[in-house]
Amino acid sequence: MFLFFLSSGLFLGWSLGANDAANVFGTAVGSQMISFKRAAVLCGVFVILGAVISGAGTSDTIGKLGTVNAMAGAFIVALAAAVSVYLMTVLGYPVSTSQGIIGAIIGWNLFTGTLIDYTSLTKIVSSWIACPILAAIFSMILYKLVVFCIKTFKIRMFKLDTLTRYGLIIVGIFGAYSLGANNIANVMGVFVPVSPFRDISFMGIFSLTSAQQLFLIGGITIAIGVITYSKRVMMTVGTGIMKISPVSAFVAVWAHSIVLFLFASQGLEHFLISHGLPSIPLVPVSSSQAIVGAVIGIGLLKGGKGIRWKTVGGISVGWVVTPLLAALISFISLFFFQNVFQQQTYKPVEYIVSAAAIERIENQGIPTDKLKGMLGNKYSSAFQFNKALKERLSLRLDDTSFIMESTEYHKMEITGAAIRFLDSKWFTEEQIKALEKLDGQVFIHTWMMDEALAGISPSWRIKKDDRLFSRRLKEKIDRIHDLFHTR
Amino acid sequence: MKSRILKNSKETDRQFDEFLDNVSEAGVLFREATENYFEGNLEAFEEKRNKMNDLEHRGDALRRTLEHLLYTKTLVPELRGDIMELLENMDALLDHYKAVIWRFDIEHPDILPEFHDDFRELIASGVNAVECTVRSCKAFFSEIDETCNHMHKVIFWETEGDIVSTRLQKRIFRNESLRLSHKRHIRDFVRFIEKIGDEAEDVIDRFSIYIIKRAI
Repeated sequence: MFLFFLSSGLFLGWSLGANDAANVFGTAVGSQMISFKRAAVLCGVFVILGAVISGAGTSDTIGKLGTVNAMAGAFIVALAAAVSVYLMTVLGYPVSTSQGIIGAIIGWNLFTGTLIDYTSLTKIVSSWIACPILAAIFSMILYKLVVFCIKTFKIRMFKLDTLTRYGLIIVGIFGAYSLGANNIANVMGVFVPVSPFRDISFMGIFSLTSAQQLFLIGGITIAIGVITYSKRVMMTVGTGIMKISPVSAFVAVWAHSIVLFLFASQGLEHFLISHGLPSIPLVPVSSSQAIVGAVIGIGLLKGGKGIRWKTVGGISVGWVVTPLLAALISFISLFFFQNVFQQQTYKPVEYIVSAAAIERIENQGIPTDKLKGMLGNKYSSAFQFNKALKERLSLRLDDTSFIMESTEYHKMEITGAAIRFLDSKWFTEEQIKALEKLDGQVFIHTWMMDEALAGISPSWRIKKDDRLFSRRLKEKIDRIHDLFHTR
Repeated sequence: MKSRILKNSKETDRQFDEFLDNVSEAGVLFREATENYFEGNLEAFEEKRNKMNDLEHRGDALRRTLEHLLYTKTLVPELRGDIMELLENMDALLDHYKAVIWRFDIEHPDILPEFHDDFRELIASGVNAVECTVRSCKAFFSEIDETCNHMHKVIFWETEGDIVSTRLQKRIFRNESLRLSHKRHIRDFVRFIEKIGDEAEDVIDRFSIYIIKRAI
């Protein structure tokens, strides 16, 4: 059944491969600098590697926007994204799966009554706008640099041809890797929370997490999309839309790949965080818009003539229309799937106003007088609870989020049998011992368990001055929330 | 692997240079051969004619190799057609030198000594025009910005050739000691030599388009 539900994601992956591979190798293949066979093989291999090795970062961001917690829901969300992208492509707009999937998740949020995380949404939307702008800036800088090198070193035509050819292969590989890393979240991100896979280890040499196994499958479908259908798109890109010289194409693909990589690299994020620098949000962005941005950058350097402003307008339309369309399709399809086909498209998340939660909220400095009147009340969705809160209280957005987090009902029971499931290489001995001390205890809110663990051992305490440690700890905490969850 | 890749491109560059040097060398031979003819040194003339033949064969062979390379290795795909055309046009200039020498050899035109200096000037204009075309061509493959610096000189030499040709033809036809058939025979040679400059100019005209297409 899971494979059936996964099919919409696989379709999305296939269409991503068929379309977006052209952004990476299109110009090179269309202008006959590289054969299609070579481009398809390189693109396929490196998309898979990028997805499996570096795909987790952007998936986390998508997860924050909305954790699609039922397989049928994930199926509809991916399908809605695919259909909206298809419709927009038919209309001739350079849209992306990123915009489709985000819109579809918002549709799921609205249908299930889950509150939308506006912080994550703002982060995602601003990254979409930043993506083509950054690509344009990078391509301008790189173009100047490349032209300077060609003129300074007086590179002759045939040597330049050879260097460009190999340059296109190298940036194409980099681009394919970045595409896999950045966009796999669009294809498989919604399936991560409902994945039935278990972590597997290959003779202790390397292991694949459940998410990585999904990314591998997604990566393979992208690669199949590249091999089976991207040739025609590549020829169109290479000979039609972008009539630019191979050197400019090399610069454009390079700039596009850097941007995709910046928005996908956890390694770079760790480096920036560990050096106290502001980090770049890990967000799935559009490969098509990055390449258009890069080409526009070069066009502007050459005086701005020949820039297709209609395409630029199309990008802006895509930012708004695609998510709206996807949200609408997602909402309507979820309604039908749930009510006509009797499929569970989400697992309800309940909220309970417990005494412990009220105490926590009070400690935060939020007035709880009216909240106490709700003590013991249970709400079947975030939307209902939020509505009830609004009727009684006038709260700031931050306070609402804190109250929601404090009251979310997530029953967990710590058992010795479950503790044995933990990966002893990932969790430290101290962390496991702390868990063992809580053996047999039951918690109804996730934060209750987090606080209990933090009280026992510093290894379970978030360090505000060490973002990297805190981030890794958060991943472990999420894991144990799932592991000890009981109904 | 890297060095092998760059070695291949260097070898292609070398063959192009050799081909263009051939055209340049043919210009020198052409001047020497016609000079030998005017001096009546037919033995030296024949020797130059044979050398010109060899040069032309070598030029053809190089052109074919380069054209083959361009297509089998899909070199510079976006400019391949233009480079082919350029190669053929440059080869046509070499052929034209050879054709003039052969006409001298076959027809043995009786050119009066009073016309020799004008003939020398006309030949020099043509050869200089071709020489500047060769330099433009070399710049096109190495430093594209330099190409234009040689292109305007080609136009200058072609115009010089036109002036000399008109002047020479007038002098031929105003010479009353010559029969009309004789005049027309010499005039044909003047026109045939003048065409070298015209052909060089045609090559340069196409260059303007190639340069736009080669812009980075």
